[in-house]
Amino acid sequence: MQAQEIFQKLESQFGAEVVSDFHEAKGGDKDAWFQVAPSRVADVGRFLRDEPELHCEYLECVTGVDWPKENRISVVYHVYSLRHRHRIVMKALCDRDAPTLPTVVDVWSVANWQERECYDLLGVVFEGHPDLRRLLMPEDWEGHPLRKDYVEKDHYHGIPTVRPNPVELFGMKAAANAAAAAASAAATAAAGKDKEPEAAKA
Amino acid sequence: MTEVVLQNENEMDEEMTLNMGPHHPSTHGVLRFVLKSDGEILRKATPEVGYLHRAIEKIGERNSYPGFMPYTDRVDYVAAMFANECWATACEKLMDVEVPKRAQYLRAISCELNRIASHMVALGCTAMDIGAITPFPWALRERERANDLVEELCGARLTFNYHRIGGVSFDLPKGWRDKALAWLDRFDPAMEEFDRLITYNEIFVRRLANVAIITGEEAVDWGLVGPNLRASGVAWDLRKEDRYGVYPELEFDVPVGKGEVGTVGDCWDRFWVRVVECRESSRLLRQCLDKIDEHPEDDIVGKLPKKMKPDGEAYARVESARGDMGCYVIGKGATEPYRVRFRTGSFNAMSIIEAKSPGLFVADLVALIASLDVVAPEIDR
Repeated sequence: MQAQEIFQKLESQFGAEVVSDFHEAKGGDKDAWFQVAPSRVADVGRFLRDEPELHCEYLECVTGVDWPKENRISVVYHVYSLRHRHRIVMKALCDRDAPTLPTVVDVWSVANWQERECYDLLGVVFEGHPDLRRLLMPEDWEGHPLRKDYVEKDHYHGIPTVRPNPVELFGMKAAANAAAAAASAAATAAAGKDKEPEAAKA
Repeated sequence: MTEVVLQNENEMDEEMTLNMGPHHPSTHGVLRFVLKSDGEILRKATPEVGYLHRAIEKIGERNSYPGFMPYTDRVDYVAAMFANECWATACEKLMDVEVPKRAQYLRAISCELNRIASHMVALGCTAMDIGAITPFPWALRERERANDLVEELCGARLTFNYHRIGGVSFDLPKGWRDKALAWLDRFDPAMEEFDRLITYNEIFVRRLANVAIITGEEAVDWGLVGPNLRASGVAWDLRKEDRYGVYPELEFDVPVGKGEVGTVGDCWDRFWVRVVECRESSRLLRQCLDKIDEHPEDDIVGKLPKKMKPDGEAYARVESARGDMGCYVIGKGATEPYRVRFRTGSFNAMSIIEAKSPGLFVADLVALIASLDVVAPEIDR
């Protein structure tokens, strides 16, 4: 099924308030995508999976993208059908200050960890998720590193996260300069030696 | 102490909480499990990951498109070629770059070699994890030969940095083809030996057959990919499905789990699928080596845009040794990508362990982890 047809089917089922803003796969967009209302993600997902003509049983990827200028975080779902060999991408634009949307774990179990990762790194809260904890970062980590304005704290449990520049720390620069000077002096001396026989010949 | 006794009113129902890892030898890298068990039988195994998290997606946002290539090696260090390929493919899709035929053959050759090398680790480790030591050095011996060949090709044995956006970095060295064919002539009988040594070994079969069965539906629902999915009876291989690169021109079969000694989707099927895939990779390599000279030498990088500042987004995927590896890249007209995302096979395979573990023996959990062939950096990235 073509992406356009998939979108039309979803539109006739859910209406223009839920699915909108369809983009064909052309120009910069290499995969066709559409926008979905964040509060209805799970319903649209369930329809995508269960409708025999769509049959998108494989959720390839769930991820978030931070857009600080628009004050939005978009959660992107890549959905694929093994049976019909078609892909559709849906994006849910959430409010950046409090990004919340329902979980799709009930629809695709694979979303479990991917949503946890998205929560961990971007701070998106998936309501109804069975086990929404940090996945990759430590549990007491502050902030969400994949946000564009994230600044790492200086210390984590007394461990400095910024290392001093080793060149400055050990005075290696002075030593390196001295070594370079010595090397160049040696090179000059060697060059002088080469010249000597020529001078002798002359 | 009294509190503990009061909590367990039924003395037969004593739940133990055990820690496994992060340095347990069977966890293939740095992985940790929190086990809740009733004696030997697991109630739940919760994976705790993140020990190897090195923020590859954040690093991607700070590097130029070609400059990110060496970092992708670290996504999966046992099979680094595929992350290279995946990143190159995503960028090519984003920037509409065409890859010359010879470069596509070189990609197929390097990837199939790496697939064999990676499966050798998977097979050897599976055997070792459940107590058979001998197959591990046997498998590693073949892996070393494959690594020697890759080293001659690109100069590295582990983190290759071989692929480039639009092609590959080096053409075949002189005499490489004959060396590779000589090794393949050795390798095919070695796999027969391997079958006699371990695959159909009575003890080994009893240990793995009917353990941790994953049905086809479960596998799709949990997003298992690659050999793990195929072992569950779903014939889905991106090399056939997406027909990318030179794979449509080559002949090969996709092995699917048949439940030969137990049930479809058990640990033994996952092992067996990898054994057969090694043979198929060997077949592919021979065909590639035959056909590559039909294309002009040194035509290995396509026409690239003068400035790599694409605007748009693309999702590309390749069949890695651990299955479908996806890369999602967004460009915003800058030299650095706006967002990079890697979605890997081990990540999904790891998440199913929590669901499949209840009712297993602790020793069978080790077999399950090994048979899923998870690699820790691919989970954490």
